[in-house]
Amino acid sequence: MNTNNVLVRVSNVNKVFHRGSEEIHVLSGLHLEVPKGEFLALMGPSGSGKSTLLNLIGGLDRATRGSVEVGGARIDEMSDRGLAAWRARHVGLVFQFYNLLPVLTAERNIELPLLLTHLSKSERRKHVETALKVVGLTHRSKHYPRQLSGGEQQRTGIARAIVTDPTLLLCDEPTGDLDRKSGDEILGLLQALNREQGKTIVMVTHDPHASARASRIVYLNKGQLFSEKPQD
Amino acid sequence: MRFLSLIWSNLKRKKLRTSLTLLSIFVAFVLFGLLCTINEAFTGGISVAGADRLIVRHKVSLIMTLPVTYGRRMEQVSGVASAVHLTWFNGIYKNEPKNFFGSFPTDPEPFLALYPEILLPEDRKQAWLKTRTGAIVGRQLVERFKWKIGDRIPLVSPIWPRQGDGAWEFEIVGIYDGAKKATDTSGFYFRYDYFDEGRSYGKGLVGWYGVRVKDPAQAADVAKAIDNEFANSPYETKAEPEGAFVQGFAQQIGDIGTILIAILSAVFFTILLVAGNTMAQSVRERTEELGVLKAMGFTNELVLALVLLESCAIALVGGLTGLAIAWLIASRGSPVPNMLPVFYLPVRYLFIGAGLVLGLGLIAGILPAVQAMRLQIAHALRRNA
Repeated sequence: MNTNNVLVRVSNVNKVFHRGSEEIHVLSGLHLEVPKGEFLALMGPSGSGKSTLLNLIGGLDRATRGSVEVGGARIDEMSDRGLAAWRARHVGLVFQFYNLLPVLTAERNIELPLLLTHLSKSERRKHVETALKVVGLTHRSKHYPRQLSGGEQQRTGIARAIVTDPTLLLCDEPTGDLDRKSGDEILGLLQALNREQGKTIVMVTHDPHASARASRIVYLNKGQLFSEKPQD
Repeated sequence: MRFLSLIWSNLKRKKLRTSLTLLSIFVAFVLFGLLCTINEAFTGGISVAGADRLIVRHKVSLIMTLPVTYGRRMEQVSGVASAVHLTWFNGIYKNEPKNFFGSFPTDPEPFLALYPEILLPEDRKQAWLKTRTGAIVGRQLVERFKWKIGDRIPLVSPIWPRQGDGAWEFEIVGIYDGAKKATDTSGFYFRYDYFDEGRSYGKGLVGWYGVRVKDPAQAADVAKAIDNEFANSPYETKAEPEGAFVQGFAQQIGDIGTILIAILSAVFFTILLVAGNTMAQSVRERTEELGVLKAMGFTNELVLALVLLESCAIALVGGLTGLAIAWLIASRGSPVPNMLPVFYLPVRYLFIGAGLVLGLGLIAGILPAVQAMRLQIAHALRRNA
């Protein structure tokens, strides 16, 4: 792997959770590199540390030991405030249960990350329209989440993730709550974002059908990366 | 500004809960405004009391009388500039108890000189001096009974019946206004000479004296000197500053200020619990959403500010509307003009109320806001998984 092309570098990362006096080692000495423009699938059984690893890469949580570098920045060394600003600028998140705000319409959900930028209202509107067009949801922009199907809600979630044009898209079981048809549409959309717009995507999934769309699969078990399988 | 619509959307999330919280805050601040108005009605006279004026009454009680001759003796006491007597007449219009109002016989010239806050045109003053049965009436009282200059007003006094049939008749010769908003304009003043000649008993006696001192700084010494002047006489006096007299009069009903604070403290404590509970519930229900906002890049401080603004928005809408309604109710005038003639909500209470509104919003929101600020993103997102 060409080291200059690496976007995410996770080095010797440990993550320990505490439950009372008990220590739970979720990740142990893990190394992972993700090149720019890759669509990586993280697979593994429940409790293997997939989501924890995703959270560390996205700066949503901090490693107990080790370093996490994204785009040349050591995010494990950033302050809370610095990390929040970094996330706003560089990371788009897609969740299993969409996590849309029920009180906002689709377009206003998509606009949320743009509230943290200096864009004017009209500029924000343009960005939202573009994101809606990318996910094919222009006609549903004024609808509230409860008025959208699961697939449409997830497309809204993806539009919200890409509206700031982030470097990295992190998807936690993006098709986990969808039927096969809607799931396929979402995976197709992610694949298109990867291939056509060059987005680097890290996707956590249980589903071999979903991981088959990725360019590389990484397996995790008991907090350790034990094999990698490049896709054809 | 860009976050206002987000705050507004969150407030609309549970419309019933938000409405009930708003309503409770609204009622609390209507109550605050009206209690402040009542407090002002009882104690407002203190604010217009002259620092250079004393009230001299019988040592035993206000209802006991003093000789009219004391006036001249008081004016001879060192430090006294002038003295004028007044008497509680207790006039009732058309013999209807509800038509009761404050009415007082006095000497016109020294009275108007001692109380410059009573604004009477010069020609009306002259008319009063010329008309033995003349009376000057406050604007509020004139409006209450739709009187006008020249009207002849029959009054009955249960204390001071007129010789013969007991009824009195006065002619309105002037309408006075107050120099300040707190000046009582519900009074009815008429000439003492007409009163003293006509009353069936108690001639030569008056209710109390208003005294102007030459130097307000010496008021306490002058009061003592007046009391010494009449010590060991059948009519011993109690002289005190006008402000203290008005306060003492109000406190015959009770310590209005203390009662007010006790009621409002209970009300605001309850409202604080209601509003605080609303905000705490609202934050608890949105743990995942707050986690998502933070995951997107909303800083801890921004999340804190958003929750606090939400809490303040509820308090501001409910509280300021409540204050506005209280002000409107008060500005319609006293519901019991014979008991509380001065009835308005002073601007200072509106500012105090606005401060309380903001304080309520901040205090009710601070704990949930800190809780939201400290929320760990991974933990918040795991709750949904």
